[in-house]
Amino acid sequence: MDLTIQHFTAILPLLVLSATVIVVMLAIAWRRNHSQSYILSGIGLVLSLAALVPSMQVAPLAVTPLLLVDNFAGFYMGLILLATLGCLTLTHAYLGRFSGEGYPGNREEMYLLMLLAALGGMVLVCSQHLAGLFIGLEMLSVPVYGMVAYAFFNKRSLEAGIKYMVLSAAGSAFLLFGMALLYADAGSLSFAGIGAHVAATGLATPLAQLGIGMMLVGLAFKLSMVPFHLWTPDVYEGAPVPVAAFLASASKVAVFAVLLRLYLQSPAMAGGWLENLLALFAIGSILIGNLLALTQSNLKRLLGYSSIAHFGYITIALIAGKGLAQEAIALYLVTYVITSLGAFGVIALMSTPFKGRDCDALYEYRGLFWRRPYLTAVLTLMMLSLAGIPLTAGFIGKFFIIATGVQSQLWWLLGVMVIGSGIAVFYYLRVMVTLFLVEPNLRRYDAPMNWNVRAGGIMLLAIAVLAFFFGVYPQPLLQLVKLAVLAV
Amino acid sequence: MILPWLILIPFIGGLLCWQGERFGATLPRWVAMLTMLLELGLGLWLWTTGNYQLAPAPGADPVWALEYQASWIPAFGISLHLALDGLSLLMILLTGLLGVLSVLCSWKEIQNHVGFFHLNLMWILGGVVGVFLAMDLFLFFFFWEMMLVPMYFLIALWGHSSDDGKRTRIYAATKFFIFTQASGLIMLVAILALVFVNYDNTGVITFNYSDLLKAELAPGVEWLLMLGFFVAFAVKLPVVPVHSWLPDAHAQAPTAGSVDLAGILLKTAAYGLLRFAIPLFPDASAQFAPVAMTLAVIGIFYGALLSFAQTDIKRLVAYSSVSHMGFVLIGIYSGSQMALQGVVVQMLAHGLSAAGLFILCGQLYERLHTRDMRQMGGIWARMPYLPAVSLFFASASLGLPGTGNFVGEFLILMGSFKAVPVIVVIATFGLVLASVYSLIMIHRAHFGAAKSDKPLLALDSRELLMVLGLAALLVILGVYPQPVLDTTAASMHGVQQWLGTALSQLVSAR
Repeated sequence: MDLTIQHFTAILPLLVLSATVIVVMLAIAWRRNHSQSYILSGIGLVLSLAALVPSMQVAPLAVTPLLLVDNFAGFYMGLILLATLGCLTLTHAYLGRFSGEGYPGNREEMYLLMLLAALGGMVLVCSQHLAGLFIGLEMLSVPVYGMVAYAFFNKRSLEAGIKYMVLSAAGSAFLLFGMALLYADAGSLSFAGIGAHVAATGLATPLAQLGIGMMLVGLAFKLSMVPFHLWTPDVYEGAPVPVAAFLASASKVAVFAVLLRLYLQSPAMAGGWLENLLALFAIGSILIGNLLALTQSNLKRLLGYSSIAHFGYITIALIAGKGLAQEAIALYLVTYVITSLGAFGVIALMSTPFKGRDCDALYEYRGLFWRRPYLTAVLTLMMLSLAGIPLTAGFIGKFFIIATGVQSQLWWLLGVMVIGSGIAVFYYLRVMVTLFLVEPNLRRYDAPMNWNVRAGGIMLLAIAVLAFFFGVYPQPLLQLVKLAVLAV
Repeated sequence: MILPWLILIPFIGGLLCWQGERFGATLPRWVAMLTMLLELGLGLWLWTTGNYQLAPAPGADPVWALEYQASWIPAFGISLHLALDGLSLLMILLTGLLGVLSVLCSWKEIQNHVGFFHLNLMWILGGVVGVFLAMDLFLFFFFWEMMLVPMYFLIALWGHSSDDGKRTRIYAATKFFIFTQASGLIMLVAILALVFVNYDNTGVITFNYSDLLKAELAPGVEWLLMLGFFVAFAVKLPVVPVHSWLPDAHAQAPTAGSVDLAGILLKTAAYGLLRFAIPLFPDASAQFAPVAMTLAVIGIFYGALLSFAQTDIKRLVAYSSVSHMGFVLIGIYSGSQMALQGVVVQMLAHGLSAAGLFILCGQLYERLHTRDMRQMGGIWARMPYLPAVSLFFASASLGLPGTGNFVGEFLILMGSFKAVPVIVVIATFGLVLASVYSLIMIHRAHFGAAKSDKPLLALDSRELLMVLGLAALLVILGVYPQPVLDTTAASMHGVQQWLGTALSQLVSAR
């Protein structure tokens, strides 16, 4: 096919970000400077975001058989870019602004890896072809191995990196095998082609079903859904905080978006035991994620388990698949990104600058309110949002998921969700009340006094305002997610 | 425009209290006090100016004394729809009054983080006012859940752990939160199901109360949805199998928390039944009435017996609330105008008397530093006023004629007798138990041998003013309840028509 200027406009965000990666790499080769890399990466991300505007004017447009740039892709690309921007600001604060304090190794490559991973995520949400899916997924995962193990002199970080690599590779193997089976059956690798094949034969053959089942397993690894969740808490705990934030936000959004596209465009996914399989994943994730979070005394592990549960909730909307489902998923992902960035952001600022170990034990947060009221207010808001209490964005997300479930009459799943939320409240409250208890005399960690005038702090306050604003007045968000709906 | 301000005033006042702490601990108290006086004043002004003959009734679009509507989430048919009728107004007056009292009773009790305490207190009250005014089911749920968070903080941060250390305040707060939150989610599912059923029928998606009143529901669906609402309200009321959060939360909460919990938060559940559960699902409610009343009778006796067995004075009062709310539940489901009027009086009277008792418990605790009645005894000899006032509130609680509680219970029992004689006869024996536990409380705490001869600090004028004011109001309510009855007559008439029609259809169908 001929590539015209239109096609290049459509993938402009991808091109801009790729160029940024190269520029940042060359800049590092030329002169190592932490702030320089940070600023270049930030500019690249913002430009890429801006490039979405011309790109959306030519959408929907298929660029090569691999990529399809449409509103759906545009929305999720924007979300990934914003989430990455958030993680980037946190990274800058976290690694330490000046040489001599904070992270002792080379700091600049972190930005490189993060940009690459974001690029992978963007490819992933655009892909309309299994090959595109695989390229995107690997481009997203491989840099993340490096990011998780970035504090390589720290045993836990290294361990987490290796663990994530091994399990992620296993997930990819499942995915590839599934794709192979699917190809053997359908003779096509594009989502639409597979869908058409299944539609023509009327019923998916056992081979195709097995293929899709294995692909689901592969994606469930990345989304850390039960029973493929075992890596999550360890990796979240070991990874440097901004990386954990990236894993929880941008990475998961990208994978879930592609799962959604696959699910909607290939009728092979719908119906039968695959739906039941997804339902089992959802139930398991909600119950096990929430139950295991109960006993955690480490905030990062707790957030890890809570993210397992949240992706269980979101899967309910995926299973519903019709009516409000797409809007609900988009909305929930937005609120979840906001919330997890906020929560990890507070941990990052508390651990700022890097001291070898993150400030993630719950007792270190005792009485934080009485010395850092606004920072605590942010974390409290995030906990409430995760628990889905009104006045926060999380409530709107949860409301939409329940609405979707009710609309599709998934009563059992809703029952599980109600139980899960009941359990979840317990540990979110535990975190919250810890913040307000009498403070201990001994403390090792504290956010810098002037946290709220630095980039990371300003970003965090903006997130908190956003979480509150969307909780009170969700109308703009609703209009936005309407654009992201994929015509089926 | 006055209705949104009724909600906003406490929220803004709360923020001012929080920031006001920079200028000393006294400023937040005064700000909170003025906020609640303003709220109360607005309520009283509305009472004198509004026309409370206007209230929703079946068969026509609901009419209100005052209404406010603004667009909020048009995509979902959600609007900021607030409306006021006689029932809402009286509940708001109660909220304002108890708000003033909870500020007053924390004046000396709360010494840590005063500003943040009042922030939470004000936000609870704001949320409660929101619940009483919201006429959009989404908005209602929004406030219903929202008021939990500040209440949680109030109990968890300023509460008292029990003497033996077995029940910590955080345990109590968390239990309260989980119970209400989980049951609230069930209600949310029911609300959404109602909205979608209505959407399937009419093609219009709306959360508006007046539109959903017209929703046509298949009998089975109506039952399920009604149960969804009932569960949420039953937890908050509380009805017996799901009451266990209440004694813990009451006992561990600071005085202001207990006053708000018993005085106002329990009333939101009764209000919810009257405003939402019955009008939205009259037929299912009518069929469900015998079950609800049976639960109510069990609650009356169970609450009374457990109340009698307590050694912790605040738990005793807490269990007595379970018992009193049983009467309210009977009245609500009786479908008679007189009983429903009694429900309103009983709600107000219980709000006042329970608040009085909890304030007195708080005053005792400030002097003795224990709530264990085994450590008390003989207080009558050791301090003036307090024991005597306690005796008054105890007798109000047992329903002595001349107090509002008597009027309430009498009207409920009289009104319901025609419909459900057996249940009323059984429930009446609950009154006997009420006098047993009320008097045993006085007996154990204030009479008998004194543990020590040391005189206790007498009540100061602030403390005396609070309890005597409450006592005066209770007597006025008991002697001349007519203004209250007039105000809510139209609202209760509407509820009576909804349930009464359904009940009579049920009888004729048999």
